Amino acid sequence: MSALDNGVVLILALPAATAALLALTPDYRLSARLNVLSCLLTLLAALTLLFEKPAPGPYFNVDDLNIVFIVLTAFVGLTTSIFSASYIAHELEIGRFAPIHLRFYHAMYQALLFSMNLALVANNIGLMWVAIEMATLTTVLMVGLYRTREALEAAWKYFILGSVGIAFALFGTILVYMAARPVVGEGFDGMVWTVLIKRVSAFDPALLNVAFVFLLLGYGTKVGLAPLHAWLPDAHAEGPTPISAVLSGLLLNVALYAVLRFKMLLAANAGALAPGPLMVTMGLGSLIFAGFMLYRRRDIKRMFAYSSIEHMGIIAFAFGMGGPLANFAGLLHMTMHSLTKSAIFFAVGHIAQVKGTQRIADIGGLTVTHPALGWGLVVGVIAIAGMPPLGVFTSEFLVVSSTFARQPLLALPLVAGLLIALGALVLRLQGLAFGAPTADSAPSQASYAPMFTHLALVLVAGIYLPPPLVAWFQHVAGLLG
Amino acid sequence: MNGFALDLAHLLAGALVLLSFMMLYQDRLYALLNVFALQAVALSLSVAWQAWIQGAPHLFITAAIALVFKAIIIPVSLHRIVARLGVHREVETVVSMGPTMLFGIGLVALSMVVMLRVTTAADPLAREDIAFALSVLLLGLLMMITRRNAVSQVVGFMSLENGLILAAAGAKGMPLVVEISVAFSVLVALIVIGVFLFRIRERFDTVDVGALDRFRGERG
Repeated sequence: MSALDNGVVLILALPAATAALLALTPDYRLSARLNVLSCLLTLLAALTLLFEKPAPGPYFNVDDLNIVFIVLTAFVGLTTSIFSASYIAHELEIGRFAPIHLRFYHAMYQALLFSMNLALVANNIGLMWVAIEMATLTTVLMVGLYRTREALEAAWKYFILGSVGIAFALFGTILVYMAARPVVGEGFDGMVWTVLIKRVSAFDPALLNVAFVFLLLGYGTKVGLAPLHAWLPDAHAEGPTPISAVLSGLLLNVALYAVLRFKMLLAANAGALAPGPLMVTMGLGSLIFAGFMLYRRRDIKRMFAYSSIEHMGIIAFAFGMGGPLANFAGLLHMTMHSLTKSAIFFAVGHIAQVKGTQRIADIGGLTVTHPALGWGLVVGVIAIAGMPPLGVFTSEFLVVSSTFARQPLLALPLVAGLLIALGALVLRLQGLAFGAPTADSAPSQASYAPMFTHLALVLVAGIYLPPPLVAWFQHVAGLLG
Repeated sequence: MNGFALDLAHLLAGALVLLSFMMLYQDRLYALLNVFALQAVALSLSVAWQAWIQGAPHLFITAAIALVFKAIIIPVSLHRIVARLGVHREVETVVSMGPTMLFGIGLVALSMVVMLRVTTAADPLAREDIAFALSVLLLGLLMMITRRNAVSQVVGFMSLENGLILAAAGAKGMPLVVEISVAFSVLVALIVIGVFLFRIRERFDTVDVGALDRFRGERG
């Protein structure tokens, strides 16, 4: 039992201890290395959970659903920490960061990983809420780190909207407890998810419905679903780029995971409203809205932030449709989006450093001036636009085909949204990668390994999905109902 | 006894809603902070009463946090921040008071209709408490939307949070209430006051969020 529990304890204790340690480490080179080391160990601990899942306890639970998220979080956390090490060296050089900021930055990075892992392994819906609140607060602090007017406004907006979302989510959580109380009884069991899912069929459906609306609005704000997305582009554009990568690649997933957990509760109660149509509507709305917004972006990070809204829309749509195939597609798309979008942000971070600007108009001809960076961006954008043979194509194809099979009318706006976004991305990519080269403001000293690792994985997934992975995702898709 | 327990619980919860309305029409920052402090006292009494009638001693901790932290420390430090930063003492609103009040009445009616209808199975104590709590939550949200100063937005958020604590205390036997109230109070207040107001003052020479509007989000 104790050996089984170790994996869970480790993925929580490692980031927490490292956060405290890094807050006390003055040398930034050392702390960047420690950051990477701790992420590597966390990934190893997460991988042990694949083989030995602890029995569900009152606080923690690892099952087939959240292990997907845990491993993904640990992996992208590791690659981002490697990217971050080369990114911050440059920021320090040009004086955007002072060493004291870096101490804070590294400590917050680990605190964020801790809170995301806590949210994922939490078996208690109250604990999950506390963890997601913590994740919000750490990212707010990091978004405001540059202390420019834009960064402060972005952090303030994120803080206000995020807090309102968090407040709604807590109200929904309280309502779920109130629905559970007559059936499960007073006390701790009323918030333990594994207990709730067994007894949920006897809950009062009306109360569960209201609870889900609050939870969807609350956690949906954190997912960045339209019309609750207003914080997301600012937060992505104004914070340090490693944070943009983690926000898009991981934090949005964690919030979506919370929505999924409650969706499973509702699905198991016959009298409650079907949660699917709500998620489908919000997903489609986000996809089409973000698709159009992509055309008018002039800031490169902001553009990819809108692309994240678009993809979270697709994922919410897929999970909202439900059924084994759509859920499978949603899970695959989530994984592919995390890998691809963080790779793009790795590229964009270095591009913005080399060119000294985030304005799309001032960046051009990257494939000529910086072949590795430019082609990396090209591959990333082609992937995120959903073109074959990359992994995002596979998952988008599955979403579209499963929708055509069941609700052909819904497939039309879905395809339209995908094409709109594709057009915008290809249009922008031309100027960025192949246009007239623009002047550099700093030499390139990037580490390309994280970016190409992610892109290689996405490419492999597009060509060949290993059968064990397929079987695993199919099993999880079955669980989601 | 039971009837009296219910009546007092409703009286205290109703007082919170009333104080939320009072916050909506304050046009001076200091007065707003005073009303907020009063609401925190009402919250503390309400939670303490819930702790007594539910026989749940841990709720007394939540009540104490509300009293010490929200009714004393936060208002006093916000007073100081306002004085030290030389913030405009007027509350600048986006929508004028009249329509805001009417809208607030609508929100309270809405939360009563929704919550009373869906909680018919719950016990009467929790049932009306949660309806009042939702009213406080929505009124706090309304205040955040209709105010421009960062300080009054923060007060709106904290009053919204008062509603949540009321709901959590009213849900009988709910675990982690103390932890949740600690997580909320300490972290949010610390961050808001310590970091943001200070930095916003430092960079913008105003704590009026409207001044941030020069930056529309897009550079170009």
